[in-house]
Amino acid sequence: MRKGETIAKYIFLVCAVVAILAVFSITGYMIYKGTPALGSVGVTELLFGTEWAPTAKDPSYGIFYIILTSIVGTAAALLIGVPIGVLTAVFIAEVAPKPLAAVVQPAVELLAAIPSVIYGLLGKMILNPLMYKLELLIFADSTTHKYTGGANLLSAILVLAIMTLPTIINITTSSIKAVPASMKSASLAVGATRIQTIFKVIIPAAKSGIMTGVVLGVGRALGEAMAINMVAGGAVNIPLPFNSVRFLTTQVVSEMAYSSGVHRQVLFTVGLVLFVFIMIINLLLAKLKKKGEVEA
Amino acid sequence: MTSITQRKRHPKDVMMYIAIYFCAALSVFLLLGIIIYVLMKGIGQVNWQFLTGVTSILKGTVGIAGNILNTLYIIVLTMLIATPIGVGAAVYLNEYAKPGKLVSLIEFATETLSGIPSIIFGLFGMMFFGETLGLSYSILTGTFTLVLMVLPLITRNTQEALKTVPDSYRSGAIGLGTGKWYMIRTILLPSAMPGIITGVILAIGRIVGESAALLFTAGSSGLLPAKGIEPFFHKMLESGGTLTIQLYLSASKGEFGAAFGIAVVLLVIVLGINFATKALAKKFDVNAKKD
Repeated sequence: MRKGETIAKYIFLVCAVVAILAVFSITGYMIYKGTPALGSVGVTELLFGTEWAPTAKDPSYGIFYIILTSIVGTAAALLIGVPIGVLTAVFIAEVAPKPLAAVVQPAVELLAAIPSVIYGLLGKMILNPLMYKLELLIFADSTTHKYTGGANLLSAILVLAIMTLPTIINITTSSIKAVPASMKSASLAVGATRIQTIFKVIIPAAKSGIMTGVVLGVGRALGEAMAINMVAGGAVNIPLPFNSVRFLTTQVVSEMAYSSGVHRQVLFTVGLVLFVFIMIINLLLAKLKKKGEVEA
Repeated sequence: MTSITQRKRHPKDVMMYIAIYFCAALSVFLLLGIIIYVLMKGIGQVNWQFLTGVTSILKGTVGIAGNILNTLYIIVLTMLIATPIGVGAAVYLNEYAKPGKLVSLIEFATETLSGIPSIIFGLFGMMFFGETLGLSYSILTGTFTLVLMVLPLITRNTQEALKTVPDSYRSGAIGLGTGKWYMIRTILLPSAMPGIITGVILAIGRIVGESAALLFTAGSSGLLPAKGIEPFFHKMLESGGTLTIQLYLSASKGEFGAAFGIAVVLLVIVLGINFATKALAKKFDVNAKKD
Protein backbone atom coordinates (compact mmCIF):
# COMPACT_ATOMS: atom_id res chain seq x y z
CA MET A 1 0.00 0.00 0.00
CA ARG A 2 2.65 2.49 1.08
CA LYS A 3 4.86 1.49 -1.80
CA GLY A 4 2.05 2.09 -4.28
CA GLU A 5 1.54 5.54 -2.87
CA THR A 6 5.20 6.44 -3.29
CA ILE A 7 5.27 5.10 -6.84
CA ALA A 8 2.16 7.12 -7.71
CA LYS A 9 3.75 10.25 -6.31
CA TYR A 10 6.87 9.82 -8.40
CA ILE A 11 4.91 9.08 -11.55
CA PHE A 12 3.05 12.36 -11.10
CA LEU A 13 6.33 14.14 -10.49
CA VAL A 14 7.75 12.75 -13.73
CA CYS A 15 4.67 14.00 -15.62
CA ALA A 16 5.18 17.45 -14.16
CA VAL A 17 8.85 17.51 -15.07
CA VAL A 18 8.09 16.79 -18.76
CA ALA A 19 7.27 20.48 -19.29
CA ILE A 20 10.63 21.55 -17.84
CA LEU A 21 12.48 18.97 -19.95
CA ALA A 22 10.64 20.15 -23.06
CA VAL A 23 11.52 23.80 -22.51
CA PHE A 24 15.16 22.95 -21.80
CA SER A 25 15.56 20.71 -24.81
CA ILE A 26 13.84 23.16 -27.14
CA THR A 27 16.08 25.97 -25.87
CA GLY A 28 19.15 23.76 -26.13
CA TYR A 29 18.39 22.59 -29.64
CA MET A 30 17.58 26.06 -30.90
CA ILE A 31 20.93 27.35 -29.61
CA TYR A 32 22.84 24.28 -30.76
CA LYS A 33 21.44 24.46 -34.30
CA GLY A 34 21.10 28.21 -34.55
CA THR A 35 24.57 29.39 -33.56
CA PRO A 36 26.91 27.66 -36.07
CA ALA A 37 25.86 30.01 -38.88
CA LEU A 38 26.79 32.98 -36.70
CA GLY A 39 30.33 31.64 -36.79
CA SER A 40 30.54 30.59 -40.42
CA VAL A 41 28.84 33.67 -41.89
CA GLY A 42 29.82 36.20 -39.26
CA VAL A 43 27.56 37.84 -36.69
CA THR A 44 27.36 41.30 -38.24
CA GLU A 45 27.11 40.07 -41.80
CA LEU A 46 24.33 37.70 -40.85
CA LEU A 47 22.25 39.82 -38.48
CA PHE A 48 22.86 43.21 -40.09
CA GLY A 49 23.45 42.25 -43.69
CA THR A 50 20.75 43.45 -46.04
CA GLU A 51 21.28 41.12 -48.96
CA TRP A 52 19.67 37.70 -49.06
CA ALA A 53 20.93 35.51 -51.88
CA PRO A 54 21.50 32.03 -50.47
CA THR A 55 21.59 30.23 -53.81
CA ALA A 56 23.80 32.71 -55.64
CA LYS A 57 27.30 31.72 -56.74
CA ASP A 58 28.73 34.04 -54.13
CA PRO A 59 25.96 33.65 -51.57
CA SER A 60 25.05 36.28 -48.99
CA TYR A 61 22.96 35.63 -45.94
CA GLY A 62 21.88 38.98 -44.53
CA ILE A 63 18.68 38.65 -42.50
CA PHE A 64 18.39 42.23 -41.29
CA TYR A 65 15.35 43.03 -43.44
CA ILE A 66 13.68 39.82 -42.27
CA ILE A 67 14.11 40.80 -38.62
CA LEU A 68 12.96 44.32 -39.44
CA THR A 69 9.88 43.00 -41.25
CA SER A 70 8.84 40.94 -38.23
CA ILE A 71 9.23 43.95 -35.93
CA VAL A 72 7.52 46.45 -38.24
CA GLY A 73 4.74 44.03 -39.19
CA THR A 74 3.99 43.11 -35.59
CA ALA A 75 4.04 46.72 -34.43
CA ALA A 76 1.74 47.86 -37.21
CA ALA A 77 -0.66 44.96 -36.66
CA LEU A 78 -0.95 45.84 -32.98
CA LEU A 79 -1.34 49.52 -33.77
CA ILE A 80 -4.53 48.47 -35.58
CA GLY A 81 -5.50 45.59 -33.33
CA VAL A 82 -5.10 47.13 -29.87
CA PRO A 83 -7.53 50.07 -30.18
CA ILE A 84 -10.15 47.89 -31.88
CA GLY A 85 -9.59 45.12 -29.36
CA VAL A 86 -9.76 47.37 -26.30
CA LEU A 87 -12.92 49.11 -27.53
CA THR A 88 -14.54 45.74 -28.24
CA ALA A 89 -13.61 44.59 -24.75
CA VAL A 90 -15.14 47.79 -23.34
CA PHE A 91 -18.28 46.94 -25.29
CA ILE A 92 -18.48 43.40 -23.93
CA ALA A 93 -17.63 44.26 -20.34
CA GLU A 94 -19.26 47.66 -19.83
CA VAL A 95 -21.43 49.01 -22.60
CA ALA A 96 -23.33 46.18 -24.21
CA PRO A 97 -26.77 45.12 -23.10
CA LYS A 98 -26.55 41.47 -22.00
CA PRO A 99 -28.03 39.88 -25.13
CA LEU A 100 -25.61 41.78 -27.38
CA ALA A 101 -22.60 40.86 -25.26
CA ALA A 102 -23.81 37.27 -25.52
CA VAL A 103 -23.44 37.52 -29.29
CA VAL A 104 -20.14 39.39 -29.51
CA GLN A 105 -18.15 37.38 -26.97
CA PRO A 106 -18.76 33.94 -28.53
CA ALA A 107 -18.06 35.44 -31.95
CA VAL A 108 -14.66 36.57 -30.70
CA GLU A 109 -13.97 33.10 -29.29
CA LEU A 110 -14.83 31.54 -32.63
CA LEU A 111 -12.49 33.96 -34.43
CA ALA A 112 -9.73 32.59 -32.21
CA ALA A 113 -10.59 29.03 -33.16
CA ILE A 114 -10.39 29.45 -36.93
CA PRO A 115 -7.24 27.74 -38.26
CA SER A 116 -4.55 30.09 -39.52
CA VAL A 117 -4.46 28.46 -42.96
CA ILE A 118 -8.07 29.60 -43.46
CA TYR A 119 -7.07 33.19 -42.63
CA GLY A 120 -4.26 32.79 -45.12
CA LEU A 121 -6.56 31.42 -47.80
CA LEU A 122 -9.05 34.24 -47.34
CA GLY A 123 -6.27 36.81 -47.29
CA LYS A 124 -4.98 35.45 -50.56
CA MET A 125 -8.41 35.44 -52.19
CA ILE A 126 -9.84 38.70 -50.81
CA LEU A 127 -7.09 40.98 -49.50
CA ASN A 128 -4.43 40.42 -52.14
CA PRO A 129 -6.63 41.39 -55.13
CA LEU A 130 -7.78 44.49 -53.23
CA MET A 131 -4.20 45.42 -52.46
CA TYR A 132 -3.28 44.89 -56.08
CA LYS A 133 -5.93 47.38 -57.16
CA LEU A 134 -4.59 49.85 -54.61
CA GLU A 135 -1.07 49.19 -55.85
CA LEU A 136 -2.03 49.87 -59.46
CA LEU A 137 -3.63 53.12 -58.37
CA ILE A 138 -0.75 54.38 -56.23
CA PHE A 139 2.14 53.35 -58.42
CA ALA A 140 0.50 54.18 -61.75
CA ASP A 141 3.25 56.66 -62.59
CA SER A 142 6.13 54.86 -60.94
CA THR A 143 8.73 53.22 -63.13
CA THR A 144 10.74 51.62 -60.35
CA HIS A 145 8.03 49.83 -58.38
CA LYS A 146 8.08 46.05 -58.48
CA TYR A 147 4.48 44.89 -58.66
CA THR A 148 3.59 42.25 -56.10
CA GLY A 149 0.12 41.31 -57.22
CA GLY A 150 -1.04 42.47 -53.81
CA ALA A 151 1.02 39.96 -51.86
CA ASN A 152 2.72 42.52 -49.66
CA LEU A 153 3.44 43.73 -46.14
CA LEU A 154 0.13 45.58 -45.89
CA SER A 155 -1.87 42.40 -46.53
CA ALA A 156 0.15 40.59 -43.87
CA ILE A 157 -0.38 43.40 -41.37
CA LEU A 158 -4.14 43.30 -41.85
CA VAL A 159 -4.26 39.51 -41.46
CA LEU A 160 -2.10 39.72 -38.32
CA ALA A 161 -4.27 42.49 -36.87
CA ILE A 162 -7.36 40.32 -37.26
CA MET A 163 -5.61 37.28 -35.82
CA THR A 164 -4.40 39.12 -32.70
CA LEU A 165 -7.86 40.60 -31.98
CA PRO A 166 -9.27 37.63 -30.00
CA THR A 167 -6.25 37.50 -27.67
CA ILE A 168 -6.41 41.21 -26.91
CA ILE A 169 -10.20 41.23 -26.53
CA ASN A 170 -10.37 38.22 -24.20
CA ILE A 171 -7.64 39.33 -21.81
CA THR A 172 -8.83 42.95 -21.75
CA THR A 173 -12.44 41.91 -21.15
CA SER A 174 -11.56 39.87 -18.09
CA SER A 175 -9.27 42.54 -16.67
CA ILE A 176 -11.98 45.20 -17.12
CA LYS A 177 -14.47 42.90 -15.43
CA ALA A 178 -12.04 42.50 -12.53
CA VAL A 179 -12.05 46.24 -11.73
CA PRO A 180 -13.94 46.68 -8.41
CA ALA A 181 -17.49 47.97 -8.84
CA SER A 182 -16.89 50.46 -6.03
CA MET A 183 -14.43 52.41 -8.20
CA LYS A 184 -16.99 52.63 -10.93
CA SER A 185 -19.80 53.75 -8.64
CA ALA A 186 -17.55 56.32 -6.98
CA SER A 187 -16.76 57.84 -10.36
CA LEU A 188 -20.37 57.85 -11.47
CA ALA A 189 -21.44 59.32 -8.14
CA VAL A 190 -19.25 62.39 -8.52
CA GLY A 191 -20.96 63.11 -11.83
CA ALA A 192 -18.67 61.56 -14.43
CA THR A 193 -20.43 60.18 -17.49
CA ARG A 194 -20.20 56.51 -18.29
CA ILE A 195 -17.69 57.16 -21.05
CA GLN A 196 -15.56 59.32 -18.74
CA THR A 197 -15.72 56.59 -16.12
CA ILE A 198 -14.64 53.97 -18.61
CA PHE A 199 -11.70 55.88 -20.03
CA LYS A 200 -10.56 57.82 -16.96
CA VAL A 201 -11.15 55.24 -14.23
CA ILE A 202 -11.76 51.70 -15.45
CA ILE A 203 -9.15 51.44 -18.19
CA PRO A 204 -6.36 52.95 -16.08
CA ALA A 205 -7.29 50.50 -13.31
CA ALA A 206 -7.20 47.58 -15.74
CA LYS A 207 -3.89 48.75 -17.22
CA SER A 208 -1.69 45.82 -16.25
CA GLY A 209 -4.25 43.32 -17.55
CA ILE A 210 -4.50 45.18 -20.83
CA MET A 211 -0.71 45.24 -21.08
CA THR A 212 -0.69 41.47 -20.63
CA GLY A 213 -3.16 41.16 -23.50
CA VAL A 214 -1.03 43.40 -25.71
CA VAL A 215 2.16 41.46 -24.96
CA LEU A 216 0.39 38.16 -25.65
CA GLY A 217 -0.81 39.70 -28.91
CA VAL A 218 2.77 40.60 -29.79
CA GLY A 219 3.78 36.99 -29.18
CA ARG A 220 0.94 35.71 -31.32
CA ALA A 221 1.79 38.07 -34.18
CA LEU A 222 5.53 37.37 -34.07
CA GLY A 223 4.95 33.62 -34.10
CA GLU A 224 2.28 33.44 -36.79
CA ALA A 225 3.63 31.65 -39.82
CA MET A 226 1.24 29.97 -42.23
CA ALA A 227 -1.37 32.68 -42.68
CA ILE A 228 1.08 35.45 -43.48
CA ASN A 229 3.20 33.14 -45.58
CA MET A 230 0.22 32.89 -47.91
CA VAL A 231 -0.33 36.66 -48.24
CA ALA A 232 3.02 38.43 -47.78
CA GLY A 233 4.76 37.52 -51.00
CA GLY A 234 8.05 35.73 -51.28
CA ALA A 235 11.01 38.06 -51.50
CA VAL A 236 13.27 39.59 -48.86
CA ASN A 237 12.77 43.35 -49.00
CA ILE A 238 12.71 46.46 -46.84
CA PRO A 239 9.41 46.39 -44.95
CA LEU A 240 7.50 49.04 -46.86
CA PRO A 241 3.71 48.65 -47.18
CA PHE A 242 3.66 47.65 -50.83
CA ASN A 243 6.79 45.52 -50.85
CA SER A 244 6.77 41.77 -51.01
CA VAL A 245 8.35 40.73 -47.71
CA ARG A 246 9.57 37.80 -45.63
CA PHE A 247 8.98 37.50 -41.89
CA LEU A 248 11.18 35.43 -39.56
CA THR A 249 8.51 32.75 -39.56
CA THR A 250 7.71 32.75 -43.26
CA GLN A 251 11.38 32.63 -44.14
CA VAL A 252 11.67 29.32 -42.31
CA VAL A 253 8.38 27.94 -43.66
CA SER A 254 9.12 28.66 -47.27
CA GLU A 255 12.79 27.75 -47.54
CA MET A 256 13.41 24.98 -45.02
CA ALA A 257 12.21 22.23 -47.35
CA TYR A 258 14.80 22.77 -50.07
CA SER A 259 17.68 24.29 -48.10
CA SER A 260 20.98 22.61 -47.31
CA GLY A 261 24.41 23.43 -45.92
CA VAL A 262 25.01 26.99 -44.75
CA HIS A 263 21.61 28.09 -46.10
CA ARG A 264 19.93 25.60 -43.78
CA GLN A 265 22.11 26.67 -40.85
CA VAL A 266 21.10 30.28 -41.45
CA LEU A 267 17.42 29.29 -41.42
CA PHE A 268 17.99 27.77 -37.99
CA THR A 269 19.55 31.06 -36.93
CA VAL A 270 16.40 32.81 -38.17
CA GLY A 271 14.46 30.42 -35.94
CA LEU A 272 16.80 31.22 -33.05
CA VAL A 273 16.24 34.97 -33.48
CA LEU A 274 12.48 34.38 -33.35
CA PHE A 275 12.95 32.16 -30.30
CA VAL A 276 14.94 34.88 -28.51
CA PHE A 277 12.17 37.40 -29.20
CA ILE A 278 9.57 34.98 -27.86
CA MET A 279 11.59 34.25 -24.72
CA ILE A 280 11.89 37.98 -24.02
CA ILE A 281 8.12 38.22 -24.33
CA ASN A 282 7.65 35.26 -21.99
CA LEU A 283 9.86 36.87 -19.35
CA LEU A 284 7.94 40.12 -19.77
CA LEU A 285 4.68 38.24 -19.24
CA ALA A 286 5.98 36.54 -16.10
CA LYS A 287 6.96 39.98 -14.77
CA LEU A 288 3.57 41.47 -15.63
CA LYS A 289 1.84 38.57 -13.93
CA LYS A 290 3.88 39.05 -10.77
CA LYS A 291 3.13 42.75 -10.81
CA GLY A 292 -0.57 42.00 -11.21
CA GLU A 293 -0.45 39.70 -8.20
CA VAL A 294 1.23 42.35 -6.07
CA GLU A 295 -1.33 44.97 -7.08
CA ALA A 296 -4.18 42.62 -6.32
CA MET B 1 -27.14 75.32 -16.25
CA THR B 2 -28.76 72.04 -17.00
CA SER B 3 -30.93 70.51 -14.38
CA ILE B 4 -29.73 67.31 -12.73
CA THR B 5 -32.87 65.54 -13.83
CA GLN B 6 -32.03 66.30 -17.42
CA ARG B 7 -29.41 64.14 -19.07
CA LYS B 8 -27.04 66.09 -21.20
CA ARG B 9 -25.48 64.32 -24.15
CA HIS B 10 -21.80 65.02 -24.47
CA PRO B 11 -20.89 65.02 -28.15
CA LYS B 12 -17.54 63.41 -27.31
CA ASP B 13 -19.32 60.61 -25.49
CA VAL B 14 -21.59 59.97 -28.44
CA MET B 15 -18.58 59.63 -30.70
CA MET B 16 -16.96 57.17 -28.33
CA TYR B 17 -20.16 55.12 -28.24
CA ILE B 18 -20.20 55.02 -32.01
CA ALA B 19 -16.56 53.88 -32.06
CA ILE B 20 -17.22 51.20 -29.45
CA TYR B 21 -20.26 49.81 -31.28
CA PHE B 22 -18.38 49.90 -34.57
CA CYS B 23 -15.46 47.88 -33.18
CA ALA B 24 -17.72 45.31 -31.56
CA ALA B 25 -19.71 44.93 -34.77
CA LEU B 26 -16.48 44.44 -36.69
CA SER B 27 -15.65 41.18 -34.90
CA VAL B 28 -19.12 39.78 -35.51
CA PHE B 29 -19.12 40.77 -39.18
CA LEU B 30 -15.62 39.37 -39.64
CA LEU B 31 -16.75 36.01 -38.28
CA LEU B 32 -19.96 35.95 -40.31
CA GLY B 33 -18.08 37.12 -43.39
CA ILE B 34 -15.48 34.38 -43.04
CA ILE B 35 -18.06 31.63 -42.53
CA ILE B 36 -20.33 32.76 -45.37
CA TYR B 37 -17.47 33.31 -47.81
CA VAL B 38 -15.90 29.92 -47.10
CA LEU B 39 -19.26 28.15 -47.37
CA MET B 40 -20.13 29.89 -50.62
CA LYS B 41 -16.80 29.06 -52.22
CA GLY B 42 -16.37 25.60 -50.82
CA ILE B 43 -19.69 23.89 -50.23
CA GLY B 44 -20.05 22.89 -53.88
CA GLN B 45 -16.76 21.06 -53.66
CA VAL B 46 -17.76 18.89 -50.73
CA ASN B 47 -19.39 15.66 -51.81
CA TRP B 48 -19.09 11.98 -51.02
CA GLN B 49 -16.23 11.43 -53.47
CA PHE B 50 -14.32 14.43 -52.05
CA LEU B 51 -14.63 13.16 -48.48
CA THR B 52 -14.01 9.45 -49.06
CA GLY B 53 -11.74 9.43 -52.11
CA VAL B 54 -8.07 10.04 -52.67
CA THR B 55 -6.55 12.55 -55.06
CA SER B 56 -5.39 10.75 -58.18
CA ILE B 57 -4.05 12.34 -61.31
CA LEU B 58 -4.63 9.09 -63.19
CA LYS B 59 -8.33 8.97 -62.42
CA GLY B 60 -8.63 12.75 -62.28
CA THR B 61 -10.21 12.68 -58.83
CA VAL B 62 -9.74 15.01 -55.89
CA GLY B 63 -10.29 13.52 -52.44
CA ILE B 64 -9.18 14.14 -48.90
CA ALA B 65 -9.87 10.78 -47.24
CA GLY B 66 -6.13 10.30 -46.64
CA ASN B 67 -5.83 13.69 -45.00
CA ILE B 68 -8.87 13.06 -42.82
CA LEU B 69 -7.37 9.75 -41.71
CA ASN B 70 -3.98 11.38 -41.00
CA THR B 71 -5.67 14.07 -38.93
CA LEU B 72 -7.47 11.37 -36.94
CA TYR B 73 -4.24 9.42 -36.43
CA ILE B 74 -2.51 12.49 -35.07
CA ILE B 75 -5.43 13.51 -32.86
CA VAL B 76 -5.82 10.06 -31.29
CA LEU B 77 -2.10 9.39 -30.81
CA THR B 78 -1.36 12.87 -29.47
CA MET B 79 -4.21 12.75 -26.98
CA LEU B 80 -3.30 9.21 -25.87
CA ILE B 81 0.12 10.47 -24.86
CA ALA B 82 -0.61 14.05 -23.83
CA THR B 83 -3.69 13.44 -21.67
CA PRO B 84 -2.08 11.21 -19.02
CA ILE B 85 1.05 13.37 -18.84
CA GLY B 86 -0.90 16.62 -18.69
CA VAL B 87 -3.36 15.33 -16.09
CA GLY B 88 -0.52 13.79 -14.09
CA ALA B 89 1.37 17.07 -14.06
CA ALA B 90 -1.73 18.91 -12.86
CA VAL B 91 -2.31 16.34 -10.10
CA TYR B 92 1.29 16.74 -8.97
CA LEU B 93 1.11 20.53 -8.95
CA ASN B 94 -2.23 20.67 -7.13
CA GLU B 95 -2.13 17.69 -4.78
CA TYR B 96 1.47 16.79 -4.03
CA ALA B 97 3.79 19.70 -4.56
CA LYS B 98 4.57 22.16 -1.81
CA PRO B 99 5.17 25.72 -2.96
CA GLY B 100 8.84 26.19 -3.75
CA LYS B 101 11.47 26.44 -6.42
CA LEU B 102 10.44 23.26 -8.28
CA VAL B 103 6.79 24.24 -8.50
CA SER B 104 7.53 27.73 -9.76
CA LEU B 105 9.95 26.25 -12.28
CA ILE B 106 7.31 23.80 -13.51
CA GLU B 107 4.74 26.56 -13.74
CA PHE B 108 7.12 28.85 -15.57
CA ALA B 109 7.97 26.03 -17.98
CA THR B 110 4.29 25.36 -18.65
CA GLU B 111 3.67 29.07 -19.28
CA THR B 112 6.68 29.24 -21.57
CA LEU B 113 5.60 26.17 -23.54
CA SER B 114 2.20 27.71 -24.17
CA GLY B 115 3.89 30.87 -25.44
CA ILE B 116 6.21 29.18 -27.92
CA PRO B 117 4.93 29.59 -31.50
CA SER B 118 4.10 26.47 -33.45
CA ILE B 119 6.79 27.06 -36.07
CA ILE B 120 9.41 26.68 -33.30
CA PHE B 121 7.78 23.44 -32.17
CA GLY B 122 7.94 22.37 -35.80
CA LEU B 123 11.66 23.15 -36.04
CA PHE B 124 12.41 21.37 -32.79
CA GLY B 125 10.28 18.36 -33.74
CA MET B 126 12.00 18.11 -37.10
CA MET B 127 15.47 18.29 -35.51
CA PHE B 128 14.90 16.14 -32.45
CA PHE B 129 12.24 13.55 -33.29
CA GLY B 130 12.82 13.59 -37.03
CA GLU B 131 16.60 13.73 -37.29
CA THR B 132 18.13 12.84 -33.92
CA LEU B 133 15.68 10.02 -33.17
CA GLY B 134 15.51 9.09 -36.85
CA LEU B 135 11.72 9.13 -37.25
CA SER B 136 12.06 11.45 -40.27
CA TYR B 137 8.80 12.81 -41.73
CA SER B 138 6.17 10.66 -40.09
CA ILE B 139 2.91 10.74 -38.22
CA LEU B 140 4.80 9.82 -35.04
CA THR B 141 7.18 12.77 -35.41
CA GLY B 142 4.17 15.05 -35.79
CA THR B 143 2.47 13.41 -32.83
CA PHE B 144 5.40 13.84 -30.44
CA THR B 145 5.78 17.45 -31.52
CA LEU B 146 2.13 18.18 -30.88
CA VAL B 147 2.21 16.42 -27.50
CA LEU B 148 4.60 19.11 -26.27
CA MET B 149 2.41 21.79 -27.79
CA VAL B 150 -0.93 20.78 -26.23
CA LEU B 151 0.50 19.72 -22.87
CA PRO B 152 0.06 23.15 -21.20
CA LEU B 153 -3.56 23.31 -22.35
CA ILE B 154 -4.44 20.02 -20.64
CA THR B 155 -2.40 20.72 -17.52
CA ARG B 156 -3.97 24.11 -17.03
CA ASN B 157 -7.56 22.96 -17.56
CA THR B 158 -7.09 20.02 -15.21
CA GLN B 159 -5.55 22.30 -12.60
CA GLU B 160 -8.52 24.65 -12.80
CA ALA B 161 -10.89 21.71 -12.45
CA LEU B 162 -8.99 20.27 -9.47
CA LYS B 163 -9.13 23.65 -7.75
CA THR B 164 -12.92 23.59 -7.86
CA VAL B 165 -13.12 20.25 -6.02
CA PRO B 166 -13.93 21.21 -2.40
CA ASP B 167 -11.26 20.46 0.20
CA SER B 168 -13.85 18.63 2.29
CA TYR B 169 -13.83 15.84 -0.33
CA ARG B 170 -10.12 15.41 0.24
CA SER B 171 -10.19 15.50 4.02
CA GLY B 172 -13.28 13.27 4.06
CA ALA B 173 -11.53 10.58 2.06
CA ILE B 174 -8.26 10.84 3.93
CA GLY B 175 -10.19 10.82 7.24
CA LEU B 176 -11.76 7.50 6.24
CA GLY B 177 -8.27 6.11 5.96
CA THR B 178 -7.79 5.94 2.18
CA GLY B 179 -4.39 6.51 0.69
CA LYS B 180 -3.74 9.66 -1.31
CA TRP B 181 -3.49 7.89 -4.67
CA TYR B 182 -6.74 6.00 -3.93
CA MET B 183 -8.41 9.30 -3.05
CA ILE B 184 -7.15 10.93 -6.27
CA ARG B 185 -8.28 7.99 -8.38
CA THR B 186 -11.74 7.52 -6.90
CA ILE B 187 -12.72 11.03 -5.84
CA LEU B 188 -10.65 13.84 -7.30
CA LEU B 189 -10.29 12.73 -10.91
CA PRO B 190 -13.97 11.81 -11.35
CA SER B 191 -15.00 15.16 -9.85
CA ALA B 192 -12.57 16.99 -12.11
CA MET B 193 -13.63 15.04 -15.20
CA PRO B 194 -15.62 17.84 -16.93
CA GLY B 195 -12.60 20.12 -16.72
CA ILE B 196 -10.29 17.42 -18.02
CA ILE B 197 -12.63 16.67 -20.92
CA THR B 198 -12.85 20.38 -21.74
CA GLY B 199 -9.06 20.52 -21.88
CA VAL B 200 -8.95 17.48 -24.15
CA ILE B 201 -11.54 18.92 -26.53
CA LEU B 202 -9.72 22.26 -26.66
CA ALA B 203 -6.50 20.40 -27.42
CA ILE B 204 -8.20 18.50 -30.24
CA GLY B 205 -9.35 21.82 -31.66
CA ARG B 206 -5.80 23.11 -31.52
CA ILE B 207 -4.51 20.00 -33.32
CA VAL B 208 -7.14 20.21 -36.05
CA GLY B 209 -6.17 23.81 -36.79
CA GLU B 210 -2.42 23.32 -36.49
CA SER B 211 -0.24 23.59 -39.54
CA ALA B 212 3.16 25.19 -38.98
CA ALA B 213 4.24 22.57 -36.42
CA LEU B 214 3.27 19.73 -38.77
CA LEU B 215 4.71 20.91 -42.07
CA PHE B 216 8.26 19.75 -41.25
CA THR B 217 7.34 16.90 -38.94
CA ALA B 218 4.39 14.88 -40.23
CA GLY B 219 4.99 15.60 -43.91
CA SER B 220 2.38 15.92 -46.59
CA SER B 221 1.36 12.55 -48.06
CA GLY B 222 -2.37 12.22 -48.66
CA LEU B 223 -2.41 8.51 -49.44
CA LEU B 224 -4.45 5.92 -47.61
CA PRO B 225 -2.66 2.95 -46.03
CA ALA B 226 -3.25 -0.45 -47.61
CA LYS B 227 -5.93 -2.63 -46.03
CA GLY B 228 -4.92 -4.82 -43.11
CA ILE B 229 -3.59 -4.55 -39.59
CA GLU B 230 0.09 -4.29 -40.37
CA PRO B 231 -0.12 -1.37 -42.83
CA PHE B 232 -2.52 0.33 -40.42
CA PHE B 233 0.14 0.45 -37.72
CA HIS B 234 2.99 0.99 -40.14
CA LYS B 235 1.29 4.17 -41.31
CA MET B 236 2.47 5.83 -38.09
CA LEU B 237 6.04 5.67 -39.37
CA GLU B 238 5.09 7.12 -42.73
CA SER B 239 4.55 10.67 -43.83
CA GLY B 240 1.00 11.95 -43.51
CA GLY B 241 -0.38 15.41 -44.21
CA THR B 242 -3.35 16.64 -42.18
CA LEU B 243 -6.27 18.65 -43.56
CA THR B 244 -4.61 22.00 -42.84
CA ILE B 245 -1.40 20.97 -44.59
CA GLN B 246 -3.36 19.83 -47.63
CA LEU B 247 -5.26 23.13 -47.64
CA TYR B 248 -1.94 25.00 -47.61
CA LEU B 249 -0.48 22.87 -50.39
CA SER B 250 -3.61 23.11 -52.54
CA ALA B 251 -3.71 26.88 -52.13
CA SER B 252 -0.02 27.19 -53.02
CA LYS B 253 -0.62 25.20 -56.18
CA GLY B 254 -3.57 27.39 -57.08
CA GLU B 255 -6.13 24.61 -56.58
CA PHE B 256 -8.54 26.89 -54.79
CA GLY B 257 -11.57 24.63 -55.22
CA ALA B 258 -9.99 21.86 -53.16
CA ALA B 259 -8.60 24.43 -50.70
CA PHE B 260 -12.06 25.87 -50.02
CA GLY B 261 -13.55 22.39 -49.81
CA ILE B 262 -11.08 21.55 -47.03
CA ALA B 263 -11.75 24.92 -45.43
CA VAL B 264 -15.45 24.00 -45.18
CA VAL B 265 -14.61 20.69 -43.51
CA LEU B 266 -12.20 22.41 -41.10
CA LEU B 267 -14.72 25.12 -40.21
CA VAL B 268 -17.42 22.53 -39.49
CA ILE B 269 -15.07 20.60 -37.19
CA VAL B 270 -13.83 23.72 -35.40
CA LEU B 271 -17.32 25.15 -34.89
CA GLY B 272 -18.54 21.75 -33.68
CA ILE B 273 -15.71 21.57 -31.15
CA ASN B 274 -16.48 25.06 -29.93
CA PHE B 275 -20.14 24.25 -29.36
CA ALA B 276 -19.21 20.99 -27.63
CA THR B 277 -17.02 22.77 -25.08
CA LYS B 278 -19.77 25.35 -24.51
CA ALA B 279 -22.35 22.65 -23.95
CA LEU B 280 -20.03 20.82 -21.56
CA ALA B 281 -19.27 23.94 -19.57
CA LYS B 282 -22.97 24.72 -19.28
CA LYS B 283 -23.87 21.19 -18.26
CA PHE B 284 -21.35 20.97 -15.49
CA ASP B 285 -21.25 24.66 -14.75
CA VAL B 286 -17.67 24.33 -13.59
CA ASN B 287 -16.17 27.03 -15.72
CA ALA B 288 -19.31 29.06 -16.26
CA LYS B 289 -19.67 30.11 -12.63
CA LYS B 290 -16.44 32.03 -12.52
CA ASP B 291 -17.63 34.90 -14.67
